Amino acid sequence: MAIISRGFSGRRSAADVKLPPGQYLTTDFPVLSAGPTPHISLDRWEFTIDDGSNVLKRWDWKSFRELPTETITVDIHCVTRWSKLGTSWEGVSLDVLLGDLKTDLPYAMFRSYGDYTTNLPLKDVINKQAWVAFKYNGADLEPEHGGPARLLVPHLYLWKSAKWVKGMTLMPHDKPGFWENLGYHIYGDPWKEQRYSNE
Amino acid sequence: MEGTAVLERVTWRVAKVVAVHDETATARTLALTVRDWPGQIAGQHVDVRLTAPDGYSAVRSYSIASAPNSDGRIEITVERLPNGEVSPYLTKELLVGDDLELRGPIGGWFVWRRDQTEPVQLVAGGSGIVPLMAMIRSRASAGSFAPFRLLYSVREPGAVFYRDELQALSDQNNSVIVTYAYTRATPKDSPRPPGRIDAALIATGTWPSNVAPTSYVCGPTSFVERATDLLIAAGQDRERIRTERFGATGERK
Amino acid sequence: MSASMNYLDGNAAAGELSKVFVVDITSAEGQCANCGAKKRFAEAHLYMQCPGLIARCPLCGHVLLRCSNIRGRVFLDLRGMTYLSVEAAPQEASN
Repeated sequence: MAIISRGFSGRRSAADVKLPPGQYLTTDFPVLSAGPTPHISLDRWEFTIDDGSNVLKRWDWKSFRELPTETITVDIHCVTRWSKLGTSWEGVSLDVLLGDLKTDLPYAMFRSYGDYTTNLPLKDVINKQAWVAFKYNGADLEPEHGGPARLLVPHLYLWKSAKWVKGMTLMPHDKPGFWENLGYHIYGDPWKEQRYSNE
Repeated sequence: MEGTAVLERVTWRVAKVVAVHDETATARTLALTVRDWPGQIAGQHVDVRLTAPDGYSAVRSYSIASAPNSDGRIEITVERLPNGEVSPYLTKELLVGDDLELRGPIGGWFVWRRDQTEPVQLVAGGSGIVPLMAMIRSRASAGSFAPFRLLYSVREPGAVFYRDELQALSDQNNSVIVTYAYTRATPKDSPRPPGRIDAALIATGTWPSNVAPTSYVCGPTSFVERATDLLIAAGQDRERIRTERFGATGERK
Repeated sequence: MSASMNYLDGNAAAGELSKVFVVDITSAEGQCANCGAKKRFAEAHLYMQCPGLIARCPLCGHVLLRCSNIRGRVFLDLRGMTYLSVEAAPQEASN
């Protein structure tokens, strides 16, 4: 049992705003990473959608940046308990990327440069719920925050918003990604506080 | 009494702060007594845990600065980081008489044991001096004649920890040879302009490679990588260099 | 300072891993399952600024070990090492 440290409160700040359970408000933007920051040159960058056997769609940086974009303002919630409100991003919606693709594969594994993966139900990345974002606060997304482009899925914990995203593999069954098979929740809804796999 | 190499399962213990003193304007040494302390080997560290009334807790690692003894008393030196969450509390809020939770001693590789007789090269970057000072103090209290050299890189003279003690140890017989490298501002009579350690300083300030020392390099990650590369370039055996990296900001989580 | 020097080393993981390993992990020898390098665990590159602890091979960057602590339950993935070798804890003689 821990003793209480007299006079210690930590870095958190109180907030009147409604946050998901167990979260605290932060005004900085912590950088969490499981490895070295990849540095991907734009002439090598690509985003692909595949079904495990065939590449269904592919964009290089030039063709990706020709797609219609949106600017969105969202709140983000990290499983390590910090939340940051009103963050501004520009990106391409997954609705645009998926386009007229027809599939009966209901899940996707998103893959990143480096070796990070995270799984999502397809229904959670369509209908204006997910973007491949390349600008933060009006400026090019910095490598330490996932640049050149990261996935952004604000309705789930931020570990689902894979930094340095490079593609998605459609799958018939849900399979855990990098954190999901190390004790973290397979879905990760912050409003239901689904942090861990034994919730 | 030196701790054993094989670790008992480490559990959180309550330590009491018995004394504090400031090493520099931003660094403070805390002296702690720990009941049933198993003893430590120079180079080991403790994890310190702070808990807020609502249960929120933060854990940080701090190297033990003091030599092994049989008093159940250890010292840690904490550098206050500008954006730190724990170090401002430890260096400004914590009072003599307060309790502190800690776990340890931890680490079996980055250690100097008193039965080591070979020459030793210590290379410190900033607060990386702390575990190396424990090795220097351990050598002194054991009366060891193992040849020790220290290359200590700091920003400016006011940032040096344990200055008087290092001065005394370098003046006496069986000395520790100390070379300072100032990176931003030097003392008035310094023979060398400010700058990071480089091949020239390694050549004059460390054991030559034919001495084949065991080297211990400690400090921020980028310092450790740079210093290690320089030692290897000067002919030191990679296998005989032990390293301990503090965070880029100097704070280990 | 290079922004990519955001790692520590195996020494920083020793406290957390003491929940799983009875013996000191920092002097353990391990072989990277990717490149075959044999190193002391103290030399691994440790990434701890994430919801867990990730140790990577200092030569090839491959993940050697992953560890998370979920409400006091430790999850450990050692697939990145061909082996991990430690000096066994002395066993007490029983009467």
